[in-house]
Amino acid sequence: MTDATVETGRFGPFGGRYVPETLIPALDELAAAYAEACGDPGFLAEVDALSGDYVGRPTPLYRARSFEAEAGVAPVYLKREDLNHTGAHKINNTLGQALLAKRMGKPRIIAETGAGQHGVATATACALFDMECVVYMGTEDVVRQSLNVYRMELLGAEVRPVDSGTRTLKDATNEALRDWVTNVADTHYIIGSVVGPHPFPLIVRDFQAVIGREARRQILEVEGRLPATVVACVGGGSNAMGMFHAFAADDEVALVGVEAAGEGLGSGRTSASLSEGRPGVLHGSLSYLLQDADGQVAPAHSVAAGLDYPGVGPEHSHFKDTGRARYVSVGDGAAEEAFRSLPGLEGIIPALETAHALAWVTEAGRRGEIQGPVAICLSGRGDKDAVHVAGLGAGS
Amino acid sequence: MTGRRAPGRIAARFARLAAGKRAGFVPYVTAGYPTLDHTRELVAGLAEVGADVIELGIPFSDPMADGPTIQRSSQGALDAGTTTGDVFDVLAGLRRHSDVPVVIFSYLNPVVSRGVGEFIREAVDAGADGVLPTDLPLGADPELESRLSESPLDLVRLIAPTTYPDRIREIARASQGFVYYIARTGVTGARSALRNELAREAGAVRAVSPCPVAVGFGVSTAGHARAVGAAADAAVVGSALVDRLDSGGVEGALSLARELRAALDEVRPDRVLHGMVGQPPSRSSSEGSGVTKRV
Repeated sequence: MTDATVETGRFGPFGGRYVPETLIPALDELAAAYAEACGDPGFLAEVDALSGDYVGRPTPLYRARSFEAEAGVAPVYLKREDLNHTGAHKINNTLGQALLAKRMGKPRIIAETGAGQHGVATATACALFDMECVVYMGTEDVVRQSLNVYRMELLGAEVRPVDSGTRTLKDATNEALRDWVTNVADTHYIIGSVVGPHPFPLIVRDFQAVIGREARRQILEVEGRLPATVVACVGGGSNAMGMFHAFAADDEVALVGVEAAGEGLGSGRTSASLSEGRPGVLHGSLSYLLQDADGQVAPAHSVAAGLDYPGVGPEHSHFKDTGRARYVSVGDGAAEEAFRSLPGLEGIIPALETAHALAWVTEAGRRGEIQGPVAICLSGRGDKDAVHVAGLGAGS
Repeated sequence: MTGRRAPGRIAARFARLAAGKRAGFVPYVTAGYPTLDHTRELVAGLAEVGADVIELGIPFSDPMADGPTIQRSSQGALDAGTTTGDVFDVLAGLRRHSDVPVVIFSYLNPVVSRGVGEFIREAVDAGADGVLPTDLPLGADPELESRLSESPLDLVRLIAPTTYPDRIREIARASQGFVYYIARTGVTGARSALRNELAREAGAVRAVSPCPVAVGFGVSTAGHARAVGAAADAAVVGSALVDRLDSGGVEGALSLARELRAALDEVRPDRVLHGMVGQPPSRSSSEGSGVTKRV
């Protein structure tokens, strides 16, 4: 991160703070609290201690030899974020932000969720710190990720279904922002990805950057060299930015973000904002956005609820435009196939979101397009998706 | 920079209100809801029943500052196929028979999607007097803000109950035409009661604002209008009109508008003469003008 980004919230032209005036003082307060916390050894030590004892970090970097044989590229390492407590990378961010909320004296937490992983991770942090927790979730996602709804409720969170718009992550985010505008005095909004108004993209990126820091150290230990290719799925882009950040200055490392092509690029049923969108303002920042000619946000689609979002984090937009990262896409079918194949190969059931990254490595490996070592962020476990994919596959 | 400063239609209207010690009535309309024909009839009727400024809303797919009513009207307008071009077309139609000041209310993305220069050109051609972007707070995007504030359109700014005092002063100074005080933390929507602190807060904003202060969010009834009219220069009413449009059609909405206009006319506060024509600008033009508009 540059000092300028900390100050302005801009990644190149992207990012910023396009929000109703009501939220400006809360964002200023958050930025100040975060800057103060970053300079407080006690805060950093608390985050580290929780990362170890509670989350289970560092997560392993596992060499997936059977997957290598399938993909025709080697070596391939999986950064096992699925082994974090609650089953995904999301908890890296929620614990950090919940601690920030405590510092700011805000007892009530709200969050949006798509796949439910961020909701579960937020509910978990709130249970741990004894905070009130409300999670907004689109009604379509409530159905396709019902296991996570139950988990959130067990953890003491209130799940509020959102029935407006596309009934998915975008609309859950709108509703969370409306709650925040209304209850900003006592409420902190734990946003779940590297999106939203400044300073959220920065804060979430920093809390997730532990993924790449560990992975970089681990691969240097086993391989004695950096990976040639680092791959992660991109919806809002938090696991990807967390994975990429430590490698951003390593010019020889190719960074590849895999978006959800849904029913295929050009079908009008995708979530591939970076591949098919153009810059626009949604949820407080300027970034690539799926939209129509009039600037109305286009409905996104992906079989993976966590990628089903028409926007993307502003730093990814910057990486796209500067060429620092390359953004590709994989459709629903290929992702489902990867979801079904990894369990038999490696004994690991990946989240449908993660399956997009695996599918792309398989495709690109078979075409001989990428070189090893490859490091893939295995961002989450797929238990939550099993029932949904089983239902999709019933006819095939 | 040497262009003469002349009052825009909005400043002129507020000056007239101030001279007559009247409180202004600012209705909000979601363009295209339920159809463009309804909107045409409604804005013409609002001009006739004494609207001082009409906020004409471009419907947006993700209205994050709006409550259920305006979410519904926005979605309804989009479902009916309303485009930004249609909104300008409605305005151009109104201009054939009315010079009521009109502010285009919009989320930012329809503006940046069109290109801000093109947006300004079309809005001005259609006869718009101002623009009110709900998600462009002061300082968020200086380049975009100055393109809007240096255009012939008044850039109307919002102040919230959470805005700290120094910033209230800055926003009020940067605002053009009038400044919009948000009556409560939260989203738009009709309410049964206004907050007790509202009159004091609006008064505090007026005390530091070089331009007139309109108050909106939750202003729903004649009683609310009287309370706001006593404390501020104008009352903005949106969701209550949309609700009435739903239940009683255009005639129903206009009958509420008449009630609100009458209620505001019952207020005869000792008001500071905001928005006087010819009041010299107190700052350099680069800071924007609260009262007059370079044209």
